[in-house]
Amino acid sequence: MSDNIFIIFNEVYKILFLLIPVLVSVAMIVWLDRRVWAFVQKRRGPNVVGPFGLLQSLADALKYMFKEIIIPATANKVIFILAPIVTMTLALIAWAVIPFNNYFVLADINAGILYLFAISSLGVYGIIMGGWASNSKYPFLGAIRSAAQMVSYEVSIGVIIINVLLCVGSLNLGDIVLAQEKIWFVVPLFPMFVIFFISSLAETNRPPFDLPEAEAELVAGYQTEYSGMMYAMFWLGEYANILLMCAMGSILFLGGWLSPIDIFPFNLVPGPLWMIIKILLLFLLFSLVKAIVPRYRYDQLMRLGWKIFLPLSLIWVILTSSFLFYFDLLPVK
Amino acid sequence: MTFLRIIKIITLFEFIKALFIAIKEIFKTKKTINYPFEKGKIGPRARGEHALRRYPNGEERCIACKLCEAVCPAQAITIESEQREDGSRKPTRYDIDMLKCIYCGLCEESCPVDAIVQGPNFEFATETREELYYNKEKLLDNGDRWEKILASNIKADRPYR
Repeated sequence: MSDNIFIIFNEVYKILFLLIPVLVSVAMIVWLDRRVWAFVQKRRGPNVVGPFGLLQSLADALKYMFKEIIIPATANKVIFILAPIVTMTLALIAWAVIPFNNYFVLADINAGILYLFAISSLGVYGIIMGGWASNSKYPFLGAIRSAAQMVSYEVSIGVIIINVLLCVGSLNLGDIVLAQEKIWFVVPLFPMFVIFFISSLAETNRPPFDLPEAEAELVAGYQTEYSGMMYAMFWLGEYANILLMCAMGSILFLGGWLSPIDIFPFNLVPGPLWMIIKILLLFLLFSLVKAIVPRYRYDQLMRLGWKIFLPLSLIWVILTSSFLFYFDLLPVK
Repeated sequence: MTFLRIIKIITLFEFIKALFIAIKEIFKTKKTINYPFEKGKIGPRARGEHALRRYPNGEERCIACKLCEAVCPAQAITIESEQREDGSRKPTRYDIDMLKCIYCGLCEESCPVDAIVQGPNFEFATETREELYYNKEKLLDNGDRWEKILASNIKADRPYR
């Protein structure tokens, strides 16, 4: 009996040890995003609350907590309340399989990448539920757009993952990282990395693919009817998803916790730190892109997803597999 | 579509160029200011909060000629006057409804003795409407507080009047 309690406490402790840093870094990343965005536009961005405005997100969170939650009279209350919870939960549970080191992973399951892919695909449900349950036109249109967009780009992300898996021969995220000890996959699979990056922009509804929440057309898309803490949960979920996509990119292509070169000063840096640096660099790219690109038109977005990215990544699958087969480099004999 | 354009699209040339421009912009000086801590420059002709000025000997300038009351397009000014024992004409009441005021500056221009002026202060937001119904004491107090800047502003603007 006491053994069971000990195990439960141990697990809860481990979960909190992962979850709290993730939530804190989400808050920090929102600040970083706004700051980079402002700097590119020669503004100052949030710089009043705390040193360099670092506590701005916490102040915002406090504000959201004290705001009234308004539920529209025509809304489907259960689903309306459930939607932000689903979004945030799905964004957070995916972190369970992200390895920060060889042994530093919450759930070392052997189909980690499938789990990650499945969870990030489920993320669209939170948005659809929110848009549908609001029972008003802008959230509804935003949800439809977002659903179509996320499903389209999921396909090409899936094919890109197949590319990586062909080179690894395992679905375990730790194995994927360790397979990159000789060379990071970003070098041989560079076009795939670019497509993965752009697809993950679309997947997380970031500019230039932020059509679901296009201010000029849809007010705020699926978040229009939300207020207070529920709105904040949507935001948290969104940024946790962005961070997750960055983590996924760094595991699949940038060699996860491995140092870039295995020589003296670099291999002393602990693995998790490398991982965090890589995630941050990818996120910096995310926020720079937000500042420099105009929004896509919806048909262009769909054309890009289905007519360019999907065929390109499929062709690359054939190229990769034939290359590996011809030179007898297939990882599974 | 020329060959060069196709190459540019495939290599995301424009996008990468924009990325470098963005990184360059990050290190340039900021165009905005830290507003509450650092304020922008205001010209001598700025039309902000009203003030009633005094002569250096402490006597109030206003002679209750009611030119400002007459010229005020928003009819925000109310003046009542009396004759003092020394024969001088002074206002007993000088009210400005700052909510009606449109900050056109006509009162300042019409004033023959430079009594009513609009100072450089534009940060006088209040929590209630009543606080924005200014009376004579409030306006004279403003005048005392801003006198230095008001005098220099009037002097700087004198050649263009």
